[in-house]
Amino acid sequence: MSARMTYREACRQAIRDAILADPRVFLMGEDVGRYGGCYAVTKGLMEELGEDRIRDTPLSENTLAGVAVGAAMAGMRPILEIMTVNFSLLALDQIVNSAATIPHMSGGQFAVPLVIRMATGAGRQLAAQHSHSLEGWYAHVPGLRILAPATVADARFMLAAALADPNPVLIFEHVMLYNAEGEIPDGIRSVDIARAAVRRAGGDVTIVTYGGSLPKALAAADMLAAEGISAEVIDLRVLRPLDMETVAASLARTRRVVIVDEGWKAGSLSAEIMARIMEDAFWDLDAPVRRVCAAEVPMPYAAHLEQAALPQPEGIAAAARALVKPP
Amino acid sequence: MTKDETMAMLAEVLAGIAPEADLTTVTAKDDLREALDLDSMDFQNLVIGLHERSGLPIPEEDYPRLFTLEGMLAYFAAAKRA
Amino acid sequence: MPSLGADMEAGTLVEWLVKPGDAVKRGDVVAVVETAKGAIEIEIFHDGTIGELVAAPGSTVPVGGVLARLGDGSVTAVPAARPAAAPEPARASPAPEPRRPPPAGTRARATPAARQRAASLGVALDGLQRTGVDGAICLADLSQAAKPAPRRGGFDPKAMRAAIAAAMARSKREIPHYYLSLSVDVTATLGWLDRTNAGRAPPDRLLPAVLLLRATALALAGTPELNGFWEDGAFRPGDGVHVGWAVALRGGGLVAPAIRNADRLGLDELMAALRDVVGRARGGGLRGSELTDPTVTVTSLGDRGAESVLPIITPPQVATIGFGRVMERPWVVDGAVLPRRIVTVTLAGDHRATDGHRGGLLLARIEALLQTPEVP
Repeated sequence: MSARMTYREACRQAIRDAILADPRVFLMGEDVGRYGGCYAVTKGLMEELGEDRIRDTPLSENTLAGVAVGAAMAGMRPILEIMTVNFSLLALDQIVNSAATIPHMSGGQFAVPLVIRMATGAGRQLAAQHSHSLEGWYAHVPGLRILAPATVADARFMLAAALADPNPVLIFEHVMLYNAEGEIPDGIRSVDIARAAVRRAGGDVTIVTYGGSLPKALAAADMLAAEGISAEVIDLRVLRPLDMETVAASLARTRRVVIVDEGWKAGSLSAEIMARIMEDAFWDLDAPVRRVCAAEVPMPYAAHLEQAALPQPEGIAAAARALVKPP
Repeated sequence: MTKDETMAMLAEVLAGIAPEADLTTVTAKDDLREALDLDSMDFQNLVIGLHERSGLPIPEEDYPRLFTLEGMLAYFAAAKRA
Repeated sequence: MPSLGADMEAGTLVEWLVKPGDAVKRGDVVAVVETAKGAIEIEIFHDGTIGELVAAPGSTVPVGGVLARLGDGSVTAVPAARPAAAPEPARASPAPEPRRPPPAGTRARATPAARQRAASLGVALDGLQRTGVDGAICLADLSQAAKPAPRRGGFDPKAMRAAIAAAMARSKREIPHYYLSLSVDVTATLGWLDRTNAGRAPPDRLLPAVLLLRATALALAGTPELNGFWEDGAFRPGDGVHVGWAVALRGGGLVAPAIRNADRLGLDELMAALRDVVGRARGGGLRGSELTDPTVTVTSLGDRGAESVLPIITPPQVATIGFGRVMERPWVVDGAVLPRRIVTVTLAGDHRATDGHRGGLLLARIEALLQTPEVP
């Protein structure tokens, strides 16, 4: 029987299931217990599962990440919640220098089966220190697997797959998705964390996106469909390693592509996707590759400026339209 | 490849070979070469066009499977993209 | 107005492609003329400068009538070289260059996909529509180009029918045809072709017709008595083996443009030449010289045709060679009856120019050559 729930509820059920299924799994983070999580994902879980499994921590990201790496090396399956990706910069040393490197530097003697969940993205008027999309930085680092669930089903089932991975996995939950509702189709009990997904099939232009930009890309595809332009929408799902096969297969048919990313353009994930298209699919292109990304500014606080700085369906549709029907 | 995709591809390729050809007059089992008056060169150009659009290698021994609309739809429905 | 065939009496000027003052070289296309064989591009026979355009577009000019005059250099000719007031350094070439190099930055802007498809189709990018992003040539522009260009001046099937009727009636009236035929075992040849094509992508594959064409061209090179013209009571040999390849046109009619020096082309080159003339015969864009150059005509009925053809000679040529459909037949090989792939090759010869013995030699040569397609 298909279940309808919010993205937040899907995250919560995923954590609860994981903890109930495996005594080695626990969740730690700032305000995850008593307060129920800054985005209320873990509301009620400490009362149900106990303080050993849902652990409130001090505000000290690098220390928390170090504790989580150590716990993972010692055989536990920690889930670390970091309030937003912006704060994870304080934990970069443990994530990049320890978690990502130890399996390699120990010659495989130590696995780091750690999962770090973070909120990412803008749209809630939380200003420049709480709104950036920095997941692309982590996608730069070998040794990490980077996930970006954009649907309720992925929010519900990516965590289990991430915990089963012996290497560190980072999951980025977009703040504007928590209230989104969706169906989990019958019979879906797990998802892969390797492949991109075609969320909407189309033949004229490919829109490549992920996370919080997926609903905007789908809205743009609706607008385009009304004009007779058939857009294919690809949800990358996994930001590292990138599934370029799915992108290239789509491009081989549509021959035009727009990349949509809430990160900035310069030195970014969208730039990497563009580069990989040039390397892998250059001869299939029948138009230049276009990007719709965040404006190159620290995210504004004012609502109208914040919206203006972010990719929007109208802008995505305009970019795609200009490729299919050049002015 | 879906039926619609295959038909669209065929129509596009045929437009360059036999512009007056009308696919709506062809039944599923008609030999396209007879129905659309395609000679060997036309048929080879048709294969080239289908090859370029589908990415499939289409070896010569498969040509007979493309002689009818029915065969062609089955061929491209079964084919995985190269 | 050049004669584009023995049957042509007049042509209608469709458009000029040059204007007074233009420098032209022998072979340049200068005009488009509508004939019974469709719109044909007319080439000029001399180097020079266009002086005066005499015929106006739309006018019908009899064969031999004046279309334009070349300038004599005094009034209309463009000065060949400027006086040496400002001598250009390192310009030592004796003749002025016929064309100026295009200004920098005019390389046709085309998308990667369009560029690649154009290369595989052998289509030039210059002159195509540019409807892509930033004014680039995109795939859609190529599929436009792949479609036959709209006929300039309108093609009249009735006129073509009348022209064919006149030429064929004249042939049967004047030319005493003799006919020979020979059934040739092409099992080995086609086996070689199958193996060759198996290793090639569709655009690079050869048609059986190319093997037939090549064998015929080589055999004609060794039998020059059948390659040429009967004119004024005497045989004039061709200046090369220029095979007129009979192309049936959609909606009726026939045209046989020349593949020049077909005996000197390799199989891949012949395939490209064949694809080119067939495409242009059907889509428009044949040149006048391609209609007048053939020294012999070859017709192949293809894989859906009849078993054999007894062709009619195109005057003033002295021979035409035909190939029927390849059929699987019981055949005696080394005392055993085996299934073999057989094609019937026929020759219609002009008995005024040659006798059946010579014709038989040609067919025997074709048969021998068809046993070894891979020999260059």
